[in-house]
Amino acid sequence: MAEILCVLYKRILRVDPKRPRRDGRDRLVLSKGHGGCAVYAVLGELGFFPKQWFEGYYRDEGRLMGHISHYVPGVEFSTGSLGHGLPVAVGMALAARHAGKKHRIICLMSDGDCNEGSTWEALLFAAQHKLDNLTVLVDYNKVQALGLSKDVLDLEPFARKMEDCHWAVKEVDGHDVVAVDKALHKLPFEQGKPSWLICHTIKGKGVSWMENTVSCHYGSVNDEQLARALSEIGAQ
Amino acid sequence: MRSLFNRVLVDIAKKDQRIWMILADIGYGEIEPFRDAFPDRWFNCGVAEQNMTGVACGVAMEGNIAITYSIANFPTLRCLEQIRNDVCYHHANVKIVIIGGGLAYGPLGVSHQATEDIAIMRALPNMVVFCPCDFAEAEAGVHAMIAHDGPFYYRCGYKKEPPVHEGRIAFKLGKAIQVRDGSDATIFFTGTVGNQALPAAEALEKRGIRCRVVSLHTVRPIDRSAIVRAARETGAIITVEEHQLQGGMGSAVAEVLCDEGVMPKKFLRIGLPDLYVSKVGTHEWLLNEYGLSAQKIAASVRKLMGRKR
Repeated sequence: MAEILCVLYKRILRVDPKRPRRDGRDRLVLSKGHGGCAVYAVLGELGFFPKQWFEGYYRDEGRLMGHISHYVPGVEFSTGSLGHGLPVAVGMALAARHAGKKHRIICLMSDGDCNEGSTWEALLFAAQHKLDNLTVLVDYNKVQALGLSKDVLDLEPFARKMEDCHWAVKEVDGHDVVAVDKALHKLPFEQGKPSWLICHTIKGKGVSWMENTVSCHYGSVNDEQLARALSEIGAQ
Repeated sequence: MRSLFNRVLVDIAKKDQRIWMILADIGYGEIEPFRDAFPDRWFNCGVAEQNMTGVACGVAMEGNIAITYSIANFPTLRCLEQIRNDVCYHHANVKIVIIGGGLAYGPLGVSHQATEDIAIMRALPNMVVFCPCDFAEAEAGVHAMIAHDGPFYYRCGYKKEPPVHEGRIAFKLGKAIQVRDGSDATIFFTGTVGNQALPAAEALEKRGIRCRVVSLHTVRPIDRSAIVRAARETGAIITVEEHQLQGGMGSAVAEVLCDEGVMPKKFLRIGLPDLYVSKVGTHEWLLNEYGLSAQKIAASVRKLMGRKR
């Protein structure tokens, strides 16, 4: 997800940290609100808010709550319960098209998001109304809270399902920033269809004992594990 | 009332291009004028209330006023989390309109009876809860709903409800309207059941109990001063609502009285008991069966006031 956000904020989204509500900005709706931490990191780096706010993440008197919140400058929409992002993004896309506005609406979702009925209500509607100003990215790590997606609620054949639902679909390695950038270079993927980009990812990527594990969905790390994980991914 | 609602809305939407209607495949015979006049601001999401509410929120986030509209519980309970997390949390300019509150769709059964909606909607921060009793309140309410910036719940009547108010009304959102005065007790009602509460008061007058009758069309924010004044001036408070007793308008009135430390000598909430309706019948028949006809309301008030039959 970090790589996807890097590409979005560095290369795709037209947003201005000095004027976070500027008319004409592109809209990112993070439907997987539990990934708010990663978005906060990017927004803080870009100067949407002071980096000191990072210290208050999840803490008493902090400004950054666990699930993404629009109380934070630069955050378009609050989520946290899955299946909420896409319907709202669809409404934004509908209104933007009606007003003749050219900004893009991008919704970043999880595979768990795609369990929710509301997501399917929205994706059928988006295709019905040919919302080609709407792009969905799915952080498809294939692991959810209680098990592997294929064992819980299999989305496969994912790409074909979405094509059958009349979305224009592409698949990409979600950790390959060049590939993600290239995939998003030309939007929509196809005129008259909303775009669906399946980003194949590995949960816990880069940390040997975390990769592809259900346990790291909920697990938090102690100081020693944190140091080890950061060293494995080569971070400072 | 639903025809009036749609007519007034179309009139306002002719001048206000921010108004959208987002539907979930309900409204046949009523919503067509809006669709025909503003086809690019009218969308039917199909039978998908969660998406209806989410889409409405997204449309509103882009600077519009989005109206969701359906029967009884469909646009509220089915999509309650969308109303809470998407609409209310973001203070989005979404108006949730239900047709047929309470037992209006009586013979259709429990699925189509909205009997907990006031309690649930008034529990949500940022939400306005509005229940018009007649056409006068309904029309004024549509204008107030559009003028209000933020989430709004509009509990619309289903048929040709007769007038409760005489002539023009002085309407203000959140401000109760006194329908008649009396010194022995005050009957607060909300919504179309006012058509039962008012004749109940008229019948009581003949039996020597003079009731003030007040329409609490806005349950949230509630008119605290009207409630306190009524308790002080008339001593007895009765609430009448086509809704379960738990958490409804009567509960809201009781909260105000307790909060303000104003204890009426007598207090009675009249509403639906703690059960799902098991009897089958028309709206009027069910109202009587469950104690909400004018005659039953009058009998309950007489009992409260210590009068024998």
